[in-house]
Amino acid sequence: MTPNESENHPPLSPEAKNYSTRRDFLLQVGLVINTIAAFMIGIPIIGFIFSSMIKRTPTIWFSLGPISKFPEGGMRRAVYENPYRREADGQTSRLTCWVSRIQGDQFKVFAANCTHLGCPVRWFEESQLFMCPCHGGAFYANGGYAAGPPPRGLYVYEHKVENGELKVKAGVLPTLANPV
Amino acid sequence: MSAKDRPITSILVNIAAWFERRLHIVKIWNATGGHPIPKSSASWFYTFGSMTLLCFSIQIITGILLSLVYIPSASEAYRSLEFLNYQQELGWLLRAMHYWGSNCMVIVMFLHMTQVFLWGAYKYPRELTWISGVVLLFLTLGIAFTGQVMRFDSDAYWGVGIGAAILGRVPLVGAQLVNLLLGGPIIGTDTLSRFFALHVFVLPGSILALVSLHLRLVLLKGINEYPKPGIQVNRKTYDAAYEETLHKEGIPFIPNGIDKDIVANGLLLLVIVGLAIFVGPKGPGIPADPAIRISDASPDYPFLWLFAAAALAPHDTEWILFFVLPIIGTILLVGLPFYANQGEKHFRRRPVAILVVLLTYLGLGLLTYAGLTGPWSPHMEAWSGIPTNPEFIKARTPLELQGAVLFQNKQCRNCHAIGGTGGHRGPDLSVVGTRMDEPQLVRQVIQGGGNMPAYGNNLSQKEVNALVTYLVSLRPPNTIPAQIPSIPEKTEPGKAERVSAGEPTKQAQTGG
Repeated sequence: MTPNESENHPPLSPEAKNYSTRRDFLLQVGLVINTIAAFMIGIPIIGFIFSSMIKRTPTIWFSLGPISKFPEGGMRRAVYENPYRREADGQTSRLTCWVSRIQGDQFKVFAANCTHLGCPVRWFEESQLFMCPCHGGAFYANGGYAAGPPPRGLYVYEHKVENGELKVKAGVLPTLANPV
Repeated sequence: MSAKDRPITSILVNIAAWFERRLHIVKIWNATGGHPIPKSSASWFYTFGSMTLLCFSIQIITGILLSLVYIPSASEAYRSLEFLNYQQELGWLLRAMHYWGSNCMVIVMFLHMTQVFLWGAYKYPRELTWISGVVLLFLTLGIAFTGQVMRFDSDAYWGVGIGAAILGRVPLVGAQLVNLLLGGPIIGTDTLSRFFALHVFVLPGSILALVSLHLRLVLLKGINEYPKPGIQVNRKTYDAAYEETLHKEGIPFIPNGIDKDIVANGLLLLVIVGLAIFVGPKGPGIPADPAIRISDASPDYPFLWLFAAAALAPHDTEWILFFVLPIIGTILLVGLPFYANQGEKHFRRRPVAILVVLLTYLGLGLLTYAGLTGPWSPHMEAWSGIPTNPEFIKARTPLELQGAVLFQNKQCRNCHAIGGTGGHRGPDLSVVGTRMDEPQLVRQVIQGGGNMPAYGNNLSQKEVNALVTYLVSLRPPNTIPAQIPSIPEKTEPGKAERVSAGEPTKQAQTGG
């Protein structure tokens, strides 16, 4: 058997051509069925993939503890549990923010994420500066931009004092697109 | 005839013939392993492609084995890695081979790409081979990055955070993209799961598909002949000329053209296993707990250059680095076989190609080095943890010593080295007294500027005085302090430049 024999289709006989209308019909039916099926399968798949994109998780109010934890004029780090935590999140649900108690009920709460690329800033009491370990961004005690590549000051969480407890509105990773 | 004499041989030949009639093994073999290549292509320089494939094979095998133990959950991943390191028999070795195999794959693939570029193999008729290779480059970088996230430690955690922060800079849909990347509002177990799915299903599957296409194209269009300077690629004549080369000096890839590949791949295998045995696996480092303070968060080798570029890019130009340059780079890479489709192949006749390669290697190399040393990050423990050389304290007045203490306590040392030790974010201040006078130093400390924060609110007048007195004393013995007039005379900028080139002026005289 030479390759040519197996690869060339034999010419269609006149009888075979008569079947073409039925074949065309079946092809069209098949096309319609499969298009419907493709949509029925495809839409849920796309919906599943992009659900996290469409669903907006709102920030919620939760307590950082009694205000007595935060000395006046000082800066303290507060560790809190992610309000949306699931069992499998493990330690990643332990989130942090920086609490500056100016005086009395006057607070300012900063996200720990640097505004440059999200690394965790550290507070240096002696020099009264936040410093970022990644690219050297620095911020003043009031959260304002001090030095380095960040495009703005630290992200500030909304807060309120209720029944002697400091509450903040958080729960979303702050980024430039969604600065809390 | 001889087969008839020995019945066993005759049976074996019959069995082989039976299979051959059904499977057409000879035909398949001649189209694949035994396909003819130009004799000149059996070169040491043509071994990088098979080496990349070897690395990928190692990654698949070790990856499947690691997945038998690894648990892709934010609460369990770290512990399962420790289990692999310390309890699972030979788990540490497989982790190490997977890590070093990954680094080698990126490096060897980059060398393969460089060779293909310099030897002009992307030109007609191998445009699609090059483009599929470019896609493979991106997929490989993607699988390297998602693999770094599998090592679920603080570097991985903050690496994802950096990825999210970059996406958060995308106009209009930034917030949505961040949510898509993280699988929720915050980095958690859903984030790890989707990186896991990408790392073990989506990206390896895509790479396998693309590698198949890549190899199919190599077989279809033939391996590039070893170029000779002066011989031009011409769309009209190339195919016939290549056929003639094959006809005249073609050799079957297996067994005649594969010897150097086997040696090179054997050596690479030894390197990977050697690194795995003697250097071992990487990490996991500090657990991915956002409440743990970290002094450093840097990515794996393949991304250090990008990490460094993000630190060194001028203020507010990150959008160029993250969005404009990748698009331009992709267009240049994909477009290469179209805007340089014909003509000279050999690098000796392509000076621009050599320049491009040199600049790329120099740029990536320097940025990677910068990424390793990270001089832009403050040295977080310098103020409390690094000793001060006696020469910077000896024979100082009490006021100056007070300033020296302030210099440590106010963490100036985290950014400013003295005697070479300390942070390198700002200038080394070992001899600052020869550069700046007292009023300048006071202004710099109080107002900051030039990428230094202002300390006006944080230092009392007495503290500033002590600190600046100490800084003025920082100069080699027997040198006078800097004397720069605090009220410079008014000169036009253009004039001042001309003056500094030659004739001395009043200002230069007083200033000197």
